[in-house]
Amino acid sequence: MLTGPNGAGKTNLLEALSLLVPGRGLRRARLTEISRRIASDDPDHVRPWAVAARLEAGEGAFEIGTGLDADGAASGDAARRTVRIDGETARGQSALADRVAALWLTPDMQRLFTDGSSGRRRFLDRLVYAFDPAHAGRISAYERANRERARLLRDAAEARRAADPAWATALEDTMAERGVAIAAARNELLRRLNPACAAGIGPFPAAGLAIDGTVESWLDDAPAVEVEDRFRAALASSRAADGAAGGAVTGPHRSDLAVTHLGRGLPAAQCSTGEQKAVLVSIVLANARLRAADTGSVPLLLLDEIAAHLDGARREALFAEIRALGAQAWMTGTDVALFAPLGNDAAYFTIEDARIVGASIETGTMLQGAFS
Amino acid sequence: MPGTEIERLIQLLARLPGLGPRSARRAALHLIKRRESLLQPLAEALSAAAEAIRVCPVCGNLDVTAPCAICTDERRDPGLICVVEEVADLWALERTAAFAGRYHVLGGTLSALDGRGPEDLNIDTLAGRAADPAVTEIILATSATVEGQTTGHYVAERLAACGVTVTRLAHGVPVGGELDYLDDGTISAALKARRSI
Repeated sequence: MLTGPNGAGKTNLLEALSLLVPGRGLRRARLTEISRRIASDDPDHVRPWAVAARLEAGEGAFEIGTGLDADGAASGDAARRTVRIDGETARGQSALADRVAALWLTPDMQRLFTDGSSGRRRFLDRLVYAFDPAHAGRISAYERANRERARLLRDAAEARRAADPAWATALEDTMAERGVAIAAARNELLRRLNPACAAGIGPFPAAGLAIDGTVESWLDDAPAVEVEDRFRAALASSRAADGAAGGAVTGPHRSDLAVTHLGRGLPAAQCSTGEQKAVLVSIVLANARLRAADTGSVPLLLLDEIAAHLDGARREALFAEIRALGAQAWMTGTDVALFAPLGNDAAYFTIEDARIVGASIETGTMLQGAFS
Repeated sequence: MPGTEIERLIQLLARLPGLGPRSARRAALHLIKRRESLLQPLAEALSAAAEAIRVCPVCGNLDVTAPCAICTDERRDPGLICVVEEVADLWALERTAAFAGRYHVLGGTLSALDGRGPEDLNIDTLAGRAADPAVTEIILATSATVEGQTTGHYVAERLAACGVTVTRLAHGVPVGGELDYLDDGTISAALKARRSI
């Protein structure tokens, strides 16, 4: 439990933890934006930064170090995140997915059901990562091929000629292969997650999840190999339209997640803010429960300002479920009283001005270091 | 503040792959401290290399002769050409001593985002070599990355008209690998590429 006034650095710590899994973390910040800023700095000056953590999982303890090194800081937006596992530099962020799973809920995500589809797609894919570590690598390969193809088609359109057909075909082949694997992994997740979500968890509403996506729906009535061919053919025939649109007009990067509040029979977007948050919590807990049953390990839960918008009964049920899962959950809030039902089951840290000023247990050097 | 010569040395070293400004400074100091035993021999080796090393006009390999020693080696099978991205990949294959054909170095991978198109790679020369009736098989040994696969696929399309057999390296279970520890992608690639024994 991290409590403290606004701007103390509570979410900052959650963001650091969210970088232990692939992706841009819970704020979706660029690497250079995570850098520490000092008012007297030249605004373009980027400092290197790092997150170091020692984790314990089934197979023993290991260390993760990740961040922006000095070379990366000098290269600006082209920089890539360095990942080290037990001191060895990993080939990419995907290596993290093999080791750690984390799920988070932030105040921003209250708009998840009403905002554009990209946030829901990322949320869905993050749920998949917890079961299928290769999903992160597949998505980055697919997105890279899609960007490459968009550039190829755009350059050709600007030069008023057709794109090199052999090159476009080669990229479409990668997109078809990875895209169908992405769609299949999403479908598989929903097949398993839906029964858990439909049961509901205590006072949290039962939810129904569906994917609104062309490739995902093709997989309902044809084997993956046929769908690959179909997607490949669709891409080949829409090159002109895709070039004008700046990317493929169909594909798993356009899919959307549709969530229904089963108790009310309404799309989640039409429920109240509090209900929407409860639906999100319900999905995240169901996913954590499913993973615990499946792999014996529970993802890290990062719950930012979780108590806001939840009534007392739901707060208590959330804490009880976290206890039952045996999950490590990091929660933030401005008012410690809201977390009273946790009693002595939680460690409490008071944070002020980016420092831990009070703790209910002895803090390890690693946690202190994260703030100094 | 280091003098201009030292500063220039550090700046050049910092441009080497894997070296940042800090490690370049350390390397420069290390070299200067070992002027006789390291700095001068290195300077001579660099100058000799700049003078002598040629790019093979046939395959793109680096050697002191042109064509390179591999292209002129009579014991190697001229019917087999192994296509690699970079000279480093050619060296990796040579270390295995498992391949007795010849090579073709593309000089990189296709990347629209980095502005590297087919005309920037040695693909036309490969098509020319593949048209020779003495060539029976082209083996694509590009990396199993998105760029490597795209490039391999592209080369295969370009060579389709030559009528030559085009194969690619197998993707799958590594030697000494345990199935339980492999990712799903590798296992499904291995299943697709299975063969009878």
